[in-house]
Amino acid sequence: MTAVSAPIPGIPLLELRGISKQFPGVKALDDVSFAVHPGEVHMLLGENGAGKSSLMKVLCGAYRADAGEFFHRGEKVAITSPADARKLGIAVIFQEFSLVPYLDIAQNIFLGREFRGRIPGSVDRRRMHVEARRILDLIGLELPTQTPLHTLGVAQQQMVEIAKALSQNARILVMDEPTAALSDRETERLFAMIRQLQAEGVAIIYISHRMAEVFALGDRITVLRDGRKVGSLLPREATPDELVRMMVGRSVDMSYAREFRSEFGDTVLEVKGLHSDNGISDIDLTVRAGEIVGLSGLVGAGRSEVARAIFGADAVTAGEVRVYGKLHRGGPDQAVAAGIGLIPENRKSEGLALIRSVADNLNIAALRRRFSSRVFGPRRARAIARALVDKLRIATPTTLRPVQVLSGGNQQKVVIGKWLEAESRLFIFDEPTRGIDVGAKAEIFALIDALVRDGAAVLLISSELSEIVNVCDRAYVMCQGRITGHLARHEISEEGILKLAMHHE
Amino acid sequence: MSADSKVTGLWLAFRSGAVAADLRTIGYRLSAALVLCVVLAFASDAFLHSNNLLNVLRQASLLFLLASGLTLVILTAGLDLSVGANVGLSACIAATVIKSSGSVLLGSAAGVGCGLAIGLANGLMVAVMRLPPFIATYGMLWVAHGITYWYMAGTTVYGFPQSFRALGSGYFLGVPIPVYMMFGFLALGTFFAQRTTYGQEIYAIGANREAARLSGVPVARRLILVYAVSGAMAGLASIVFLARMNSAEGDIGEGLTLPAIAAALIGGTSLFGGVGTVSGTLIGALILTLVLNGMNLLTINASWQPMVTGIIVILAVLLDTFARKRGEARN
Repeated sequence: MTAVSAPIPGIPLLELRGISKQFPGVKALDDVSFAVHPGEVHMLLGENGAGKSSLMKVLCGAYRADAGEFFHRGEKVAITSPADARKLGIAVIFQEFSLVPYLDIAQNIFLGREFRGRIPGSVDRRRMHVEARRILDLIGLELPTQTPLHTLGVAQQQMVEIAKALSQNARILVMDEPTAALSDRETERLFAMIRQLQAEGVAIIYISHRMAEVFALGDRITVLRDGRKVGSLLPREATPDELVRMMVGRSVDMSYAREFRSEFGDTVLEVKGLHSDNGISDIDLTVRAGEIVGLSGLVGAGRSEVARAIFGADAVTAGEVRVYGKLHRGGPDQAVAAGIGLIPENRKSEGLALIRSVADNLNIAALRRRFSSRVFGPRRARAIARALVDKLRIATPTTLRPVQVLSGGNQQKVVIGKWLEAESRLFIFDEPTRGIDVGAKAEIFALIDALVRDGAAVLLISSELSEIVNVCDRAYVMCQGRITGHLARHEISEEGILKLAMHHE
Repeated sequence: MSADSKVTGLWLAFRSGAVAADLRTIGYRLSAALVLCVVLAFASDAFLHSNNLLNVLRQASLLFLLASGLTLVILTAGLDLSVGANVGLSACIAATVIKSSGSVLLGSAAGVGCGLAIGLANGLMVAVMRLPPFIATYGMLWVAHGITYWYMAGTTVYGFPQSFRALGSGYFLGVPIPVYMMFGFLALGTFFAQRTTYGQEIYAIGANREAARLSGVPVARRLILVYAVSGAMAGLASIVFLARMNSAEGDIGEGLTLPAIAAALIGGTSLFGGVGTVSGTLIGALILTLVLNGMNLLTINASWQPMVTGIIVILAVLLDTFARKRGEARN
């Protein structure tokens, strides 16, 4: 199964040989070797916990490898600190950017490396802006260099981060799931930029969970599993199914195929003329029992805002939300009491108390239902949590572990479990598969399917059109804060959604 | 799950710090307090004298009453800087009410009520007006001090009935009455924090306020609750303080806030919220009092006391940070 392909001729820009990294109790990297050539996009695949992050941290000098060698243009080098990595021209674009919100673009690009002015201690601002402009032009970002960073969207911030790397003469760019928060259009711009950098001889190590981009961009694909390299192959030698098999070590159904039914129960959620200060207006939608209803649109179309308004997390200025025909008003505590559960987009900042245990997190939403006397029983709470851990197959040795040490997929299961325990009947999923590996994605969708088969109602927000197409019984499409279309099961297609999503443009 | 894997799981949890984070924090501190006692016992003959030990407990109890309510506030990632000023105003109101009405009960109720009112005002500012806790309670500190000075107008109220003074300096079965209060509120506070849904919600708010809100926790109501409790505990502490001092004047209560915060921090409560226990705060209050007592016994100049307090706070927090890092590395 281990595919071996012909080596690309020429001397690699960077080569790793036999890199290992041991942490107490776990071998994060075990004898990993791979190479990138100038102008190559090297895709790095693997489930969460496969060793991608560790490899990335070794590359940028944050971790020190226990064993193994690095070669830069054929010469043996050492990477033992971030300074070493920088000297070799290695730059890492993490998912969480290291930018300062209240500085402008130029200041961010040259942060800590400002050009000196003539007066000691002063900064040559003009030169900074000229240089920044030059780099922005290179990657095709048309914003003024004086724009404060906090006014930029995620995609633009990412461009600034890349510009920052290039300003440090980066020749090897490591990108960690760069499209995770981008819309399809932004993704295309990013790809165009990557191809341009490629043409200039920059080597790119690209970590991704998305099959489509692996084949669209990759010159070579390396798959990691459990800290080991499973194989390196060329895109033309590989198929998506084969790559998934290599990643998980078993074959996984990628289509999330579910049985569609035509009979649904009562209307669970009915939204009429909903307006909110957060930028949405005139939202009408319904979700019936046993139904998965998609809410699609480009990033920034207002999908999460609809979810937050329904849930009462953002103030509603007009319109009404009915759950089982009963008017729902008020904050999230009322929503929870009414049987709504929100699986938020930002799992770590909105879905979980990371320092608290799995049991604590699983119990939080059901506290007042389960312990109506207000006397809390830790044993009972742990028993409840254990049952959920078993039911949802959450991988954790005990329910007392802090949630922060769990993988993304297992953390997401904890968030879902919280709402199962609260006996929610309407589940609002906001990007439930973000940052989750392929195997866990299929599991999450199996869980969602089980929910609706059990008679719950699901509103599903997803940026991955294929998810909406494959999973939803109906779908609404949003653009600029309004619903621009409503598609029945047989009408849902990626093209159809996109057309409606770009309705106003 | 077999019994064997259960044991393994528990052991993993212990090592990872999940099961034992609180227990371990308390364990460290209890040992530190014991070591301190042994050292002091060797260093000074007077230390083990029952009068001295009871005195230590009595002093710790006042600090604990103040710090226990404050601990709940800090658990929500908040802060109450007004507790000292609260003690001042509450004590003065209690004092004048006792004097004018002659009723100890009415006066005590007025003192606790005043504390509660200040706490409620803090809670409203933090939860409803969304002021940062530091600002809200810092402002309240000045306001309460100002009202106290105006109210007392430079006078001193002193000489209270024996029945009232017993609250501060009386004994029951040879143990000072405040010490009973200390253990009573230790039990009550621990039950509230660990064994009620309110307590669980308070920890959740401190660990991640937005996640708690989006899980249906009524965050504003819980915040008002903890500030109100902190205020009421300050009111109660003011009664004990007044009974002990037997006199009230404008500057009463000054200098109590920072030691109360120190007791909570030494006890392992994190200013970032979500981590800490009421029992830890009790041990924190004891450690702080023991050190000051030891310095007195060894006739070390009292000017050194603030510096020593500061060093203990820093060491305690350093120890927690270190232990937490090790816990994370294991995970």
